[in-house]
Amino acid sequence: MISLAGIDRSFQVGDQTVDALADVNLDIGAGEYLSIMGPSGSGKSTLLNIVGLLDRPTGGVYKLDNRDVTRLTDEEQARVRREKIGFVFQAFHLVPRLTALENVSVPMMLSGIAISERRQRAAKSLEDYGLGDRMDHRPSQLSGGQRQRVAMARATIMHPPVLLADEPTGNLDRASGREVVGLLERLNASGVTLIVVTHDPELGRRARRQLHMVDGRINADNVLQK
Amino acid sequence: MKLLDMIRMGLGSLIAHRLRSSLSALGIAVGIAAVILLTSIGEGINRFVIAEFSQFGTNIITVHPGKTQTRGASIGIFASDRPLTIDDSVALRRVASVLYSVPAVQGTAEVNAEGRSRRVTVYGVGPDFPDAFSINVASGSFLPHDDPEQARTFVALGSKVRDEIFGSSNPLGDRVEIGGSRYRVIGVMESKGQILGVDLDDTVYIPAGRALELFNRDGLMEINVVYRPGANPDTVVDGIHKTMMTRHGREDFTITPQQEMMDVLSSVLEVLTFAVGALGSISLLVGGVGILTIMTISVTERTSEIGLLRALGAKRGQILSLFLGEAILLSSIGGVLGLSLGVGLAQLLTITVPALPVNTPWLFAVLAETVAVAIGLAAGVVPATRAAGLDPVEALRAE
Ligand SMILES: Nc1ncnc2c1ncn2[C@@H]1O[C@H](COP(=O)(O)OP(=O)(O)OP(=O)(O)O)[C@@H](O)[C@H]1O
Ligand SMILES: [Mg+2]
Repeated sequence: MISLAGIDRSFQVGDQTVDALADVNLDIGAGEYLSIMGPSGSGKSTLLNIVGLLDRPTGGVYKLDNRDVTRLTDEEQARVRREKIGFVFQAFHLVPRLTALENVSVPMMLSGIAISERRQRAAKSLEDYGLGDRMDHRPSQLSGGQRQRVAMARATIMHPPVLLADEPTGNLDRASGREVVGLLERLNASGVTLIVVTHDPELGRRARRQLHMVDGRINADNVLQK
Repeated sequence: MKLLDMIRMGLGSLIAHRLRSSLSALGIAVGIAAVILLTSIGEGINRFVIAEFSQFGTNIITVHPGKTQTRGASIGIFASDRPLTIDDSVALRRVASVLYSVPAVQGTAEVNAEGRSRRVTVYGVGPDFPDAFSINVASGSFLPHDDPEQARTFVALGSKVRDEIFGSSNPLGDRVEIGGSRYRVIGVMESKGQILGVDLDDTVYIPAGRALELFNRDGLMEINVVYRPGANPDTVVDGIHKTMMTRHGREDFTITPQQEMMDVLSSVLEVLTFAVGALGSISLLVGGVGILTIMTISVTERTSEIGLLRALGAKRGQILSLFLGEAILLSSIGGVLGLSLGVGLAQLLTITVPALPVNTPWLFAVLAETVAVAIGLAAGVVPATRAAGLDPVEALRAE
């Protein structure tokens, strides 16, 4: 479903060129559970951003569902993001002035879904994530774990087939981290392709397929045999 | 994304920063209020002046001696020009569609009676004067239709002259001395008050021929011709022109239709109102800069929110309209606030200073509101474009 071929991503810093990704080749099937690990600066986030169509590679071809999405216009990429990709960030990225319910509703609002349907779907989703009694709370009134669950409800509200998580537990204590991982894995079990970037080896080892990156390259790609 | 959602989102973020939102909206409000107040006063004065000028009716055509060139200033009266005579006035009465023709000579003179004396305006006019200018006689009658060359020495008094000289006693039939000659009072005019600073009540009316003698003039100052309402003014002007040409042999007179004068006056006053309004819009501009500042700050503060929206699938266009909409919302709220403030102040002014004519021109109010929206749009373009142009990855990294 995801196919990266010869992906390069270089940044120009002054007169110096930084190769964040160099010749990355990667194929990910639908429903896979993948973790990406590696030292800081190895290009994990950059790779995730390219898969999420937030960033464009400087070279190579990216196919999503057999469609070359590398050279889509900004508008078309935005549409693909909206329909196919959900993001979970380390820093949650909730809109501080909106309630939990409104935060979860934002993707539906961007798609022009009517407010009554939005409320209904967002409320249902928040209940699924155990936040039925927190719908009208603002992010500042929620714990870290609760915030990340709101963010997950938002990431999944449009039922995207791909979920990208960049250090989803990075800002959480162990207990809430484990809780969030459990929810992510539950989604994967229901068929969602899950890619998790993490520094936590314990979390990384839970994935069936584990990538290891160094200096913008994938230097290990292990698939657990079950 | 729906328009209603956009408004809701915009309002939400404006409310999240109540204080600064209200302050920048206030900037626009002050500007709009200033424009509305200033134009209200301008328009009020405009209407007041026009009403003053038109209260004698607008179907008046004035004939002056001497030729005013269509371009440039009056050349004045040449020695060779024939003066305007009472006979001219009588002749103009016969032009088609003309109802009244009133000769006019004006000056000031001492009026003596009952041992009292008063310096007043003396109008030398014809018997048609009250009908022509809708100034009625309160008691007695106006000057009779005498032979204009030998009109009897009758006088009609303005109400103030009567009050000052005769008090409450009836002056009809009494004699008064005007500039050394004796006149008999045959009428008292109803009070008209001041018109453009001239007190019509502190006036006496005598036959034009007598006034010529009194002021030692050989010609009238003007002849006022009143034509039938509904008649074509151009045709009447042509008729007057033809009559005058036959009588004078050449064009040593000037014909000015009141309507034309009013049109010029009105357009001058309108330009003035507009200029005053433009002056007020300077403060509107300052308000616009306020919105620009707030929106720029807002985009910077919400960089990571913009990154998030992009990650959630917002198009650049949606980000653009979100911030543009917020700027317009801010300025139109200011606009509505300013509208009520301006109209309120104008009303207050009407109540507290009744002498000052105030009239809110609705066109200007609508215009001011449109300008407010346009200012929001203009002030929002730069910050909104910047927001839409942000790189999502960079934006998400911002904190
Ligand atoms: N906008 C940028 N401009 C310049 N260099 C960049 C930019 N973004 C990333 N890089 C560089 O690309 C490399 C990979 O960065 P990336 O953020 O992908 O690392 P990472 O593996 O996610 O690291 P971490 O584990 O610390 O999050 C780094 O060397 C980084 O300095
Ligand atoms: Mg990273």
